[in-house]
Amino acid sequence: MADAITVPSAAGGTAERRSYLNESRGLWSWLYTVDHKRIGVMYLWAVLSMFFLGGVFALLVRLELLTPKRTIMSAEQYNRAFTLHGAIMIFLFIIPSIPAALGNFVLPLMLGAKDVAFPRLNLASWYVYVLGSVFAVTAMITGGVDTGWTFYTPYSTTSASSVTTMTLAAFILGFSSIFTGVNFIATTHKLRAPGLTWYRMPLFVWGMYATSIIQILATPVLGITLLLIVMERVFSVGIFDARLGGDPVLFQHFFWFYSHPAVYIMILPGMAIISEIIPVFSRKTIFGYKAIAWSSVAIAFISFLVWGHHMFVSGQSRLAGAIFSFLTFLVAIPSAIKVFNWLTTMYKGSIEFKAPMMYAVMFLMLFGIGGLTGLFLGALATDVHLHDTYFVVAHFHYVMMGSTTIAFLGGLHYWWPKIFGRMYNEKLATVGAALVFVGFNATFLPQFVLGFRGMPRRYYNYLDQFQPLHAFSTFGSWILGLGLAVAALALVTSLRKKPDAPANPWGGRTLEWEASSPPITHNFEITPVVTHGPYDFYPEREH
Amino acid sequence: MTPSTNTLDPHAHPHPTGLQHHFADMEQQADASKIGMWLFLVTEVLLFGGLFVGFALMQGRHHEAFLAAHHHLDRSLGILNTVVLLTSSWTMVMAVHSAQQGERKRLIVYLALTLVFACAFLGVKYLEYSHKFHEGLLPGKYYSHRGDTVPGQFMFFSFYFMMTGLHGLHIVAGMAAISWVLRRAMRGDFSGAYYTPVEIVGLYWHLVDMIWIYLFPLLYLIG
Repeated sequence: MADAITVPSAAGGTAERRSYLNESRGLWSWLYTVDHKRIGVMYLWAVLSMFFLGGVFALLVRLELLTPKRTIMSAEQYNRAFTLHGAIMIFLFIIPSIPAALGNFVLPLMLGAKDVAFPRLNLASWYVYVLGSVFAVTAMITGGVDTGWTFYTPYSTTSASSVTTMTLAAFILGFSSIFTGVNFIATTHKLRAPGLTWYRMPLFVWGMYATSIIQILATPVLGITLLLIVMERVFSVGIFDARLGGDPVLFQHFFWFYSHPAVYIMILPGMAIISEIIPVFSRKTIFGYKAIAWSSVAIAFISFLVWGHHMFVSGQSRLAGAIFSFLTFLVAIPSAIKVFNWLTTMYKGSIEFKAPMMYAVMFLMLFGIGGLTGLFLGALATDVHLHDTYFVVAHFHYVMMGSTTIAFLGGLHYWWPKIFGRMYNEKLATVGAALVFVGFNATFLPQFVLGFRGMPRRYYNYLDQFQPLHAFSTFGSWILGLGLAVAALALVTSLRKKPDAPANPWGGRTLEWEASSPPITHNFEITPVVTHGPYDFYPEREH
Repeated sequence: MTPSTNTLDPHAHPHPTGLQHHFADMEQQADASKIGMWLFLVTEVLLFGGLFVGFALMQGRHHEAFLAAHHHLDRSLGILNTVVLLTSSWTMVMAVHSAQQGERKRLIVYLALTLVFACAFLGVKYLEYSHKFHEGLLPGKYYSHRGDTVPGQFMFFSFYFMMTGLHGLHIVAGMAAISWVLRRAMRGDFSGAYYTPVEIVGLYWHLVDMIWIYLFPLLYLIG
């Protein structure tokens, strides 16, 4: 509908299309911007840099594990490498990846808004993120951290490594996460375009909304917990120190009260992207819109009641263990509702296997494996056997990397034409996606077997009998790395070359495709009026 | 900017004072700001919530030590500070009310009074802190008070300083926010149609007061 407005100044012809990218130029125009699209792009480059850094550490860790004894680094260096891999990937990449980078760009467009509710807060969130990254990098340079990303006491309060700097980094990053969450909720409530009722909102927005709720409710608890670690290190306040009458397990309770919901801060945005890609590339209205929408909210709610399943072997009472185990199974219900609805959406649709859809289908398979193996770990008896083994490592990589990161990549390809106004190289992107899929499974499927046979996680050395599977996993990590490099090439090369992207290359029905590619600074020439649902591909058939 | 692009820009038309470009009207903007502030207050409650839970658990575990330690606090100063903060809450309510009525002078007076009470609170807190420092009633390993009959009192002071310290930081942040609103009020930014900043700073200030209302009995009135 926005196309109906003619733009007199565009009559020049050869002149570049006016967009948020060229409205003003120079570094300062970016650093001072309050435009959600520019902030989203700045976040995108920031999180991609961190993804690269965390990925390098991942490859180093895998390389070290190629042989049972020392391969390339000492045991201390190994402890630091896997801690930095975990901390960077969790706090600096996955948590901000989808909401702060893609969500920031897309959410206001999807709502038909000119910007998020608090643009300056949005910019502040980016600067806070950068400050947190600086702290994290400082921690790396000044000796690294060797506690694992979970900072368990009592080791974290006694370790001589840079734990204080790293926990402060995570504390600061929490603010950027909260700022984004506050912005998204207020924007969703108050800045929807006329006619955009709650049930006409794209499911991506529902997913972001549920994510924001968790960000707001859980992050402050992590904040105070990390501060308490710092206090413990500086003042020996005693709360987590058994020698002083405190309780180290209390730290685990506090930590997982945030960090289990945080797992859903990571997965819900991934699910949100899948809910966009699948209907568009199946040319079919989503099946069970309300079920998917409310299952996001249900997951957000249940996420706060399951933290105890991380402490089945930490001296928690049997009754508490049984209750947490039962509550954990509940998470499977809304998750399964989503998966079945996505599959049913694809059923009898006219499916088009472009790169975003390839990632979406990969997500379905990998999330299926990641989610179902989670049930093994949520069951008390099997968890005692599998706890702290490679089975756990494989499980959460299937969810975090295999699901969230894959969805992020799918979303990145899906919205790339909208963000930069260029079509990525489809052939190359397809090859990249296939390599990522093969490499990912080669890396992590063997780890389920390793864990089941008793290989503990985080160990530097291992028994000779585990070497074939470890070596297989390491080779897989190289394929995975290659796949990601190819995907990056397919995207980045499009920035230098044409072709320009049309406003709606995939035939989507959500509002962001009504804006030009790339959008103008104020998103829409006139505020759109919404008269249909987000996935009505055949409006003439509806009524 | 050429005139032709200017006419295209839907934001070139004049706005009412204080309305940001991406909002349709004042009401939408005010509602969004209030939602934002309430969400922020939720995060504050959860931030302190962690300390409250920790305190409750540790108090249960070391009941006698906490009971003995809390006798070192000066109850009358605590009561005085509670009254001071409650009064500041009232002046804040009156400030918001004056802003609503568009009475600029009264708004300025009430905001200034709120600041004065906040300073008084910090003054009393300073007296209390320096007394504790003097006696060696310090957190964690710095605890050096002599003549304790009940051991383990250091943990009470760990919590005392963390909780009142964090609350004190919030008072300072609140004072900065009130000063900002006061400056804008003196500049004449607010009217009966636009006073959202006063309102949301007021919300924040009430939360800071409320946290104290919980801290006071928790720390001063164990029994």
